[in-house]
Amino acid sequence: MTNNFEYEELHLTEFRKEISAWLQANKPKDPGFLLPQTFLEIGSEEVLDFLREWQFKVWSAGYLGMAWPTEYGGGGLPVAYQQIADEEMKRLRVPILFNVIGLGWAGPLIINIGSDYEKNVYLKNILSAEDIWCQGFSEPNYGSDLGSIQTQARKEGDEYIINGNKIWTTLGNFAKYMILLARTEDKTKRRYDGLSFFLAPMNVDGITTKPIQKLTGEYGFTETFFDDARIPASSLMGEEGWGWRIAMLTLQYERGAESGAAGGPAMTPIYMDDLISMARKVMRENQPLIKDAITRDELVKLMIEEKAILLGEKRTNITKLCSDYPRSLSLSHKLRSSEFFRRMRQYAISLQGAKGGLYVGDKEAIDDGFWQRAYLNNFGITIGGGTSQIQANIVAEHVLGLPKD
Amino acid sequence: MIMEASREFCRKNSDTSTVRSLIPSNLGFDKDIWAKMVDLGWTGITIPEKFGGSGLGIGALVPVVESMGRYLLTAPVITSAIATQAILRCGTQEFQTDWLPRLADGSIGTLAFLENEDLASDATLIAVSRGSKVELQGRKILVADAGAADFFLVSALFNDKPVLVLVESDQLSTDSISNKTLIDETNRAADIDFSGVVVDPQAVLSATHKSIKDLRLLGALLYAAESTGACAAALDTIVNYLTTRTQFGRLIGSYQALKHPTTDILIQMDSAKSLVYHAATLATNFNFCTHTEIACRMAKVQANDALLFAGDRAVQFHGGMGFTYDCDAQLYIRRAQWAQHQFGDSQHHRFHLAPLLIEDI
Repeated sequence: MTNNFEYEELHLTEFRKEISAWLQANKPKDPGFLLPQTFLEIGSEEVLDFLREWQFKVWSAGYLGMAWPTEYGGGGLPVAYQQIADEEMKRLRVPILFNVIGLGWAGPLIINIGSDYEKNVYLKNILSAEDIWCQGFSEPNYGSDLGSIQTQARKEGDEYIINGNKIWTTLGNFAKYMILLARTEDKTKRRYDGLSFFLAPMNVDGITTKPIQKLTGEYGFTETFFDDARIPASSLMGEEGWGWRIAMLTLQYERGAESGAAGGPAMTPIYMDDLISMARKVMRENQPLIKDAITRDELVKLMIEEKAILLGEKRTNITKLCSDYPRSLSLSHKLRSSEFFRRMRQYAISLQGAKGGLYVGDKEAIDDGFWQRAYLNNFGITIGGGTSQIQANIVAEHVLGLPKD
Repeated sequence: MIMEASREFCRKNSDTSTVRSLIPSNLGFDKDIWAKMVDLGWTGITIPEKFGGSGLGIGALVPVVESMGRYLLTAPVITSAIATQAILRCGTQEFQTDWLPRLADGSIGTLAFLENEDLASDATLIAVSRGSKVELQGRKILVADAGAADFFLVSALFNDKPVLVLVESDQLSTDSISNKTLIDETNRAADIDFSGVVVDPQAVLSATHKSIKDLRLLGALLYAAESTGACAAALDTIVNYLTTRTQFGRLIGSYQALKHPTTDILIQMDSAKSLVYHAATLATNFNFCTHTEIACRMAKVQANDALLFAGDRAVQFHGGMGFTYDCDAQLYIRRAQWAQHQFGDSQHHRFHLAPLLIEDI
């Protein structure tokens, strides 16, 4: 054992074998119903129970929250372990770990700036999937313009009284807690200075949810109404007026285990290898599609783009290779990857010939309509968490220094 | 270290007015700057220490070339590096001992390999025995830095086998070299008729299709690195204009019609950079494998396309100014149009990537 690096590497290699074997032995059997590709598609108790059980199993085995503190249900290990676990979960196509707002947003936020009380109450149950979390940021009239939201939080005694409504609440009809952005002060000079951040319980009088049917047909999110809903004053995170800063901090955790998330895939990974496998099954102009020169050239273009995105994720960690525009790769990642996936999935459907018009549920649909569903689902990514158009503004303004419009 | 040092050197020595001042010159570069680069050891980066270099490898040369692109600093660094690699790959120990120290000391070598516009074509120029000597018959086109070169490595067929023949510049008559008019006025290339040149048998190096291919891949990687640097510079030029030019009472950078494509340039540049440094890491290993080939070709495609996009938009976004010779945008779009064809345009590389990426998965 001459240096720590080799020692570490050896352990990680062993670990990769270990989790790979565990996943293969424990991967759930086909439940007989359509499993979601993303955490945005959970519309029934049946699907929810299945995914809840799976997350509990993965956590119980020690493969989720591996880098979170042991006193709150985590593994207390270096983050490299979780990264390997995530890679193996993606590679072996196990079901997604669905409690994403808890695992990826609320959890790391609480670890980072939460009180001991908050850590004790919330963290372990996020990992075990006992408590499902949702997010209340967007409102019907304020989506991209998040700083202008109108939902009111008025303090009265040891409670806040919440009035207003939130929308696109993923898992809203199942969640026990919401990370809620609400206005505690109307007359601030800058509109976002009046915002506060709450870890709000959902099971109180005055909160109702109305499922919204999505583009894909199922009911993965809700509109959430607050009508004099009273939540404990202790659910305020930090202090009044800190809401915008905490919300922005939360957005940073999106980048995975490395930035503090508990881990696990939130979406079924879809790679160019999958598209090529699909292309092999299809005929075009009386020959296998995969022999068509134009198709091959298009596939190569997409593969170069995919490779660049995957390499970009690694280059983010090499500071000296990011000196030109230091925050460029991290701030543009969602934009570039979600837009790439959109085009790639759209292209996949365009290659399917007459069968491209079929959808999930039709026996003749290629790959059971996987690509059609994946393409429609992808709008959740190009729109959710800030539309691509807003992302382009953010990159232009915060990375390139272009003026606001 | 070398990344910061080369960036700083190029920044100091190559602002765009200096770049423009070199346009009318014969060589297209400043010999004093070249001498400084030699002193800094840049010409010896891929030369082993026993031959007078630093032996740092391709991975260390890539940031240097990227820095040169970043400031459009022209000098025969890529040209000589490819000649160096040709000798390392095809030369005997004795030949290397003779020539590599000269390259490290700043002698300029250049590869003469193209005979027509098709990068995939093989050499038809032949070398034939003339008693104890060898005579060349044929011509090469678009030989980089031909006017500055001290020697040429000419791809040829000798007894039907691929070879590289070293020809020193004083073996050529002046009328055998015809300088070309290039779209990129900062670069230099010439067509050369090698017919009748007679060399010693020791000047004929055995090559293989693999070694010639690897040299082309290496050329693709180095031009990709240079173009990635130039793309970042074009982006800076755009950003500078968008944050200073006012129309309708507001900075034009506030318009999303300009803002969003500028973001896209950044994304394309970032992709090129990721692919270039990945390829550089693989190419540092002297033996190129399929992964290295894929990486070099991908890097060249992306860098070509990124610089073309950035240069094109740089002209457009400068409005009327962009259409003038005085606007620096022209330097980038002209460079883009030239560089895309050096060691393979995007379509060429995609054509060769398809069987590597699709058949073998």
